[in-house]
Amino acid sequence: MKNYGVVLFYTSSSAMRAEKVLGQNGLTVKLVPTPRELSSDCGVALRFNSEKIDNVNLFLNQFSIEFQSVHIM
Amino acid sequence: MIYLDNAATSWPKPTEVKKAMNDFLELVGGNPGRSGHRRSIDAARIMYNAREAIANSFNAPDPLKVIFTLNATHAINYALKGLLKPGDTVITTSMEHNSVMRPLRALEEEGIILKIVPCLSDGTLKIEDLENMIDSNTKMVVVNHASNVTGTIAPINEIAAIVRKHNTLLLVDASQTAGIIPIDIKTQQIDLLAFTGHKGLLGPTGTGGLVIGDRIKLNDMVPLMQGGTGSHSEYETQPDQLPDKYEFGTSNIIGIAGLLAGINWINKRTLDSIREHETMLAGLLTDGLLQIQGLTLYGPYKAQDKLAVTSFTLNNIDVSEIGLRLDEDFDILCRVGLHCAPAAHHTIGTFPRGTVRIAPGIFNTTDEIQQVIKAVNKIAVP
Repeated sequence: MKNYGVVLFYTSSSAMRAEKVLGQNGLTVKLVPTPRELSSDCGVALRFNSEKIDNVNLFLNQFSIEFQSVHIM
Repeated sequence: MIYLDNAATSWPKPTEVKKAMNDFLELVGGNPGRSGHRRSIDAARIMYNAREAIANSFNAPDPLKVIFTLNATHAINYALKGLLKPGDTVITTSMEHNSVMRPLRALEEEGIILKIVPCLSDGTLKIEDLENMIDSNTKMVVVNHASNVTGTIAPINEIAAIVRKHNTLLLVDASQTAGIIPIDIKTQQIDLLAFTGHKGLLGPTGTGGLVIGDRIKLNDMVPLMQGGTGSHSEYETQPDQLPDKYEFGTSNIIGIAGLLAGINWINKRTLDSIREHETMLAGLLTDGLLQIQGLTLYGPYKAQDKLAVTSFTLNNIDVSEIGLRLDEDFDILCRVGLHCAPAAHHTIGTFPRGTVRIAPGIFNTTDEIQQVIKAVNKIAVP
């Protein structure tokens, strides 16, 4: 993933939930340490292919997953 | 050795539980939610999967509303002390364990009004007795799903209907029932469910939790303690997000890994088949004990109406003596005395003598139950 996006969360539980739900819906995602340039409440963030940002937003909302913000890196 | 103390803690645990705990120590080892490295993430994943497994088991609305605690007592304290304020009325039953009674008695000292519905001598709650006690000041009703002394099962659906009708909250202590009888938070309208991991759910000690239903307003529920969560680290105040608002300090993740394996084991075996096996054992035990002269059996006689937990006394023989003889002469382990539930013993008429409690579990066999009946017979008629 060259251009990638990152979802930040308030809690690691939400990050785990997002990994599971997005994965089950066919997206390739990876839990990574939160990039330090992004201020986050949680030590882990979810990295995804930036082209899939619409799907990521869709599933986060559809499954009511609490998240802080979504960024393209 | 015949282990019949499953109401205190279940034994043995499935091989899968031991393996999951060992695997965690050997292959994972990280602190969940604290770091971004793969072992920490693996640990957080186990923890989330356990949350989800518990939410699915009890049909809870949201896995993040599963708060891990050290045991059911911890969860009950959380619900009571987090939500009740001086001046509130709380209603409970005369069959409660001290996990409920002691925090309520402590809250009473702080100005909470405690009312106790007397149950019948077999531990049964008469629903109209509960309804008559509820008034507009009643903030919460706390009920033991099933007695740890007699196995009597509370009519949760009927209780919940009354609780809703009077617009109050229902806290259910599922210490004895989780993993044995189906619990459905949504359809049974349970607002707060306290469970332990080391009994019917077949996990290790040091695991349990509080499942929070949709009617609980999180602003109203105060965290009992504060501390590190791995989130919001730049702030010196407790985060508002679940589950971190109510979970602080490093969790018992090794225990939770075992608990998850226990729940998976139960799901494979199915709750119905577990209940069926235990009911069959309870029926056999009740029928056998009732043949013994001088023996008094407590709680409902019909195995379908109760958990497998069975209490009895023998004329003129101290329960401690019976416990000792079962252990030393017959290699049978059970619990005797008051079982941390003085209120229940007052209700069934065995205070302060106590009872002998035989608590079969999923791994007990009919042969073992027959051996117990024989042993009690020999103690009764030497």
